[in-house]
Amino acid sequence: MSTLEQTASTDHHHGPAKGITRWLYTTNHKDIGTMYLIFSLVMFMVGGCMALTIRAELFQPGLQLIQPEFFNQMTTMHGLIMVFGAVMPAFVGLANWMVPMMVGAPDMALPRMNNWSFWILPFAFSMMLMTLFMEGGGPNFGWTFYAPLSTTYAPPSVTFFIFAVHMMGISSIMGAINIIATIFNLRAPGMTFMKMPLFVWTWLITAFLLIAVMPVLAGVVTMMLMDIHFGTSFFNAAGGGDPVLFQHVFWFFGHPEVYIMILPAFGIVSEIIPTFARKKLFGYTSMVYATSSIAILSFVVWAHHMFTVGMPLIGELFFMFTTMLIAVPTGVKVFNWIATMFRGSMTFETPMLFAVAFVVLFTIGGFSGLMLAIAPVDFQYHDTYFVVAHFHYVLVPGAIFSIMAATYYWLPKWTGNMYNESMGKLHFWLSFIGVNITFFPMHFIGLAGMPRRIPDYALQFADFNMVASVGAFLFGFSQLLFIYNIVCCAKGGKKATDRVWEGSHGLEWTLSSPPPYHSFSQPPKVE
Amino acid sequence: MRCNRLALLLSGFVISPAVFAEWEVNLVRGVTEISHAIFDLHMIIFYVCVAIAVVVFGVMLWSIIYHRKSRGAKAQHFHEHLWVEVLWTIVPFGILVAMAVPASQTLIQMYDKSEADINIQVTGYQWKWRYQYLDQDIDFFSNLSTPQDQINNKATKGENYLLEVDQPLVIPVGKKVRFLITANDVIHSWWVPALAVKQDAIPGFINEAWTVIDEPGIYRGQCAELCGRDHGFMPIVVDARSEADYQQWLASQNQAQEAEQAAADQTWTMEELITKGEAVYQTSCMACHQANGQGIPGAFPGLVNTPLMSGDGLEHARIVVHGRAGTAMQAFGEQLSDVDLAAVITYERNAWGNAGGMITPQQIKQLKEE
Repeated sequence: MSTLEQTASTDHHHGPAKGITRWLYTTNHKDIGTMYLIFSLVMFMVGGCMALTIRAELFQPGLQLIQPEFFNQMTTMHGLIMVFGAVMPAFVGLANWMVPMMVGAPDMALPRMNNWSFWILPFAFSMMLMTLFMEGGGPNFGWTFYAPLSTTYAPPSVTFFIFAVHMMGISSIMGAINIIATIFNLRAPGMTFMKMPLFVWTWLITAFLLIAVMPVLAGVVTMMLMDIHFGTSFFNAAGGGDPVLFQHVFWFFGHPEVYIMILPAFGIVSEIIPTFARKKLFGYTSMVYATSSIAILSFVVWAHHMFTVGMPLIGELFFMFTTMLIAVPTGVKVFNWIATMFRGSMTFETPMLFAVAFVVLFTIGGFSGLMLAIAPVDFQYHDTYFVVAHFHYVLVPGAIFSIMAATYYWLPKWTGNMYNESMGKLHFWLSFIGVNITFFPMHFIGLAGMPRRIPDYALQFADFNMVASVGAFLFGFSQLLFIYNIVCCAKGGKKATDRVWEGSHGLEWTLSSPPPYHSFSQPPKVE
Repeated sequence: MRCNRLALLLSGFVISPAVFAEWEVNLVRGVTEISHAIFDLHMIIFYVCVAIAVVVFGVMLWSIIYHRKSRGAKAQHFHEHLWVEVLWTIVPFGILVAMAVPASQTLIQMYDKSEADINIQVTGYQWKWRYQYLDQDIDFFSNLSTPQDQINNKATKGENYLLEVDQPLVIPVGKKVRFLITANDVIHSWWVPALAVKQDAIPGFINEAWTVIDEPGIYRGQCAELCGRDHGFMPIVVDARSEADYQQWLASQNQAQEAEQAAADQTWTMEELITKGEAVYQTSCMACHQANGQGIPGAFPGLVNTPLMSGDGLEHARIVVHGRAGTAMQAFGEQLSDVDLAAVITYERNAWGNAGGMITPQQIKQLKEE
């Protein structure tokens, strides 16, 4: 036996490196998953502080704390950070941790690329946050950065913003490729596609969405860059360009993007509800088909964000019908979750509380989405707080609650320790109440006629704005409990068993808690 | 007693001290046929959603209460049922088709842009609206008229805080008014809830919208598309009048134009121009260049002690009249009268310690003719 082989074999079995290099050079899916999750939590707090700045300014009519210029920077950065810095990396982190363990793999398929796709993010976001301190301030044109406001009239820092968006896109695409490669190649023997856990299924579909649309975003920001610095006129009417072109290209990315932020949530909830209802998921097959149809439909509905730009009648009708159609598969999913709970044997630990709240509040967001789909009525709703209420119901108690549910659900598996259940429940109830106090009144002020993204408002909107701001602070500060609970759990506590939850199912629960450094060194057999 | 005080405190906390407005929770029903149709559509879909919610959340609540482990519920083993799954795909689809029919009808009605009685071009500028009556040769700008002191909490807020303008759009009731909507710089959106008209104003494009207002009144709206820092300060006021009142207003507009002409030919002193210019500065320039003339570094240049302010006055005037391409500096030549232009330029050249001399309305007139 040669020395080379010996080194290789001993190398294979040693544990993580020590110190900072463990994190800088790591190719281990668990380390990278952890880093993604911590990064996303940090971004969630940063974006949250921006949201609270906005809500503090809107507490009363008049300009009290910040000037409109800075207000616009806050709304823009809040949106960008929450979408690209908090929700997406959190899902990628969960995928990194769970996908190899759920399909019975030792690690991700492309571990070195995995390291890259994470480490790009902190640089991208540092650059984006730095723009706030540049002359002229940071991006101030909304997270949708409609041209020509974002090209001809933007502050100089927009170039850094474009570069940051490019980097985030590269990171997302690399992450998506990695997940697809892992799912296709590293499944345990016997695990057919129709036996894969739903979280894996939803992530597979999400990964394809990411690969399809992130280049579109890269394209649109590159066109902006050309318009700003190289004298082209993609979006400049005076040069023969078309400002509406920007919106079409942006929303061709942007609409699938909102499904990128919700499909993995569907997967998480489809894991958690059966566990705590102690009953198999109802309609596994229809769940898979529903998820795929939602993904496919998401590519043909983008212009429902643009009903008021002056589209021809036929376009309005097409986009109205296709948008309404999305309600069907989404409805199937909700009915399946409820059928799973029906005649189960339910208990309500923290992950289940978050999952149940997800189903209820996401459905409310779905209802307002259906209302928004009706084009003639959308003329009244468009760009008001009704829309803000709608997408926050889908993204906060939707995406973010599902991430919290997932965190509580798998935290004992990750750390080997149980989290504090009563603190978890307190966190849930404060978040649940806070979220509803914040976003429910926004439906009312939106219907009453308050446009979105305004730093100051007419007097008839004062009361509900005050209520919403109180709720926002309640929701924001209760997240400190979340962090505290996670930190305590990571440091120690009651030891968790391998199969943490009574009703848990799936390969990840056959591993020890915490799982070994290389999850499955022998591929498990799936019946 | 203590309890009462607490209740008072709480109500004072929840109900803002500034207003005792009703807690508006719904769309306005509006004053046009279309707005009524939209309102009805909104209510139908809302009730459909409520009905679905009651059924779905009802089943869920039932399960949460009765099928919990602590009550001794045993989990059943069913996890598939073809007919149920087919049924809850088809039934929602049917509901959607039923919804799509009235929605399409309303939409088609909204797109009937034929045979207008009056045509008005609406142009969005950062951050004001311009109204051009294409059949009457009337052309004016409509600016926010809420004083800065109210916005900065230095004065009590008025009843129509942020929803008031110096010159409203005046239109007659019962006539089909067609709006040709466009923008001069960035995308704006012209929105008046009571008319159910919301249409984006896009530079380089002309969008159409129309309305027939049933009853006279003042209807207020706001720009609905993020258009820069003063997006929240760009109100729309529509003053719908009876035909007779409308005709009277048309006549008064023509007189006002003649008066403006006369003012431009009159001789003005520097003090008069400075006084007038200060007011113009506040409506047209202050949003960017700030009350103290310092501007916002990196975004809007300052006007204090710069070579432009002390140098050639005509160069300064040229920028104000023609704007600066590719920047947020608009061409004010069309927006302001010759007197207003001369006044605001003179004001800028002599405020904040500047000493740049005066510019006369006649010089502006010459400049425009160049």
